[in-house]
Amino acid sequence: MAATAALALGSAAAVTAATRQPRVIKVVAKKFEFVPGEIHVRKGETVTLQFTAPEVPMGFNLADFKLRVDIVPGKVATLDITPDRTGTFTFLCDVFCGTGHEEMSGALVVT
Amino acid sequence: MNPFDRRQFLQLAGIGGAVFVSGLSGAARGADGASNFSAEDFFFVQLSDSHWGFEGPPNPDAHGTLPKAVAAVNALSQAPDFVIFTGDLTHTTDDPRERRKRLAEFKAIVDELKVKDVKFIPGEHDASLDDGKAFKEFFGPTHYTFEHKGVHFIVLDNVSDPSAQLGEAQLAWLADDLKKQAKDARIVVFAHRPLFDLYPQWDWATRDGAKAVALLMPYDNVTVFYGHIHQEHHQMTGHIAHHSAKSLIFALPVAASQPKRTPLPWDPAKPYAGLGFREVEADPKNTTYAITELPVQKA
Repeated sequence: MAATAALALGSAAAVTAATRQPRVIKVVAKKFEFVPGEIHVRKGETVTLQFTAPEVPMGFNLADFKLRVDIVPGKVATLDITPDRTGTFTFLCDVFCGTGHEEMSGALVVT
Repeated sequence: MNPFDRRQFLQLAGIGGAVFVSGLSGAARGADGASNFSAEDFFFVQLSDSHWGFEGPPNPDAHGTLPKAVAAVNALSQAPDFVIFTGDLTHTTDDPRERRKRLAEFKAIVDELKVKDVKFIPGEHDASLDDGKAFKEFFGPTHYTFEHKGVHFIVLDNVSDPSAQLGEAQLAWLADDLKKQAKDARIVVFAHRPLFDLYPQWDWATRDGAKAVALLMPYDNVTVFYGHIHQEHHQMTGHIAHHSAKSLIFALPVAASQPKRTPLPWDPAKPYAGLGFREVEADPKNTTYAITELPVQKA
């Protein structure tokens, strides 16, 4: 019985590891900031960024990793990232969205 | 006064900024030292990023800078053949009526230019929120071509699409236009944003700009003048030179020199520092252009 239980737990752990989903980080793109404005990730970690834009179409552009996604009101935009190096990397809105567009940026901090 | 003497005069008078001479090496003079000025030499003036409607600490004379620049152009000892404004004529606003008010005010100021051949291209501040609708009402098409004294000029619009793309239709239009040009034609391209990835981290790029550059690369004599980054900058993509212009409202920092792309502060001891416009001289004997940077007003 104990051996069976241990096997079951081991199997459960293996199944969990195999199906572990990337950490999801929800980001709101609104005039004129990303919330959160800083995203912290470990090097080599895959995270899923989920974006919403409640007001107008916007864009998320992480130029140092050549990644971007359009964020359209009413839809959730997702972007999986797996940073392969440490550092602080700027991301910005790359769809002109109004008077504060040029201030709309944040930082991806990879440790 | 021929263009070569005029450039020297400006430097000696302390009016001109740095002279960027692209490989001319004194070619304006012949072997016997005489001037080679010919009827086909000409120069134009580029002004950029006036952001009419902006107010704030980076420029306490926001209402006065553009008129001063117009006065400075009018005071040039030799009139340019034409003047071109390379975008962000006005500062953005969400209000379509305010946008048109700013465009009208901008137009009224620049109508004071003595040179009457004045061309305009939009910036994202003018055009990105309404697909260029208001700009077109005042200034016509956002992308077009024109000829002048042997040079083929192409104006590209990388701002009416808020995602900073030229788009497939415009790229096809560019391709068709270029097919009509000889391989060694003298071609000048105006755009607002850089066509190459100058610093995408600060939105200093055009998302499909590389496609435009690829279309231009087969042509031997292409030079690009643009604005957007509020500073003088010179960079090559292969054999194509790209020259950005200073702004007429506030200067921006050099790429990556600070964490954020915030305006450089106004220095009351050096008003209008970092702001200006430029003369660009075309000489059919040379395939590059002599650029003279000029301040908004004399020191």
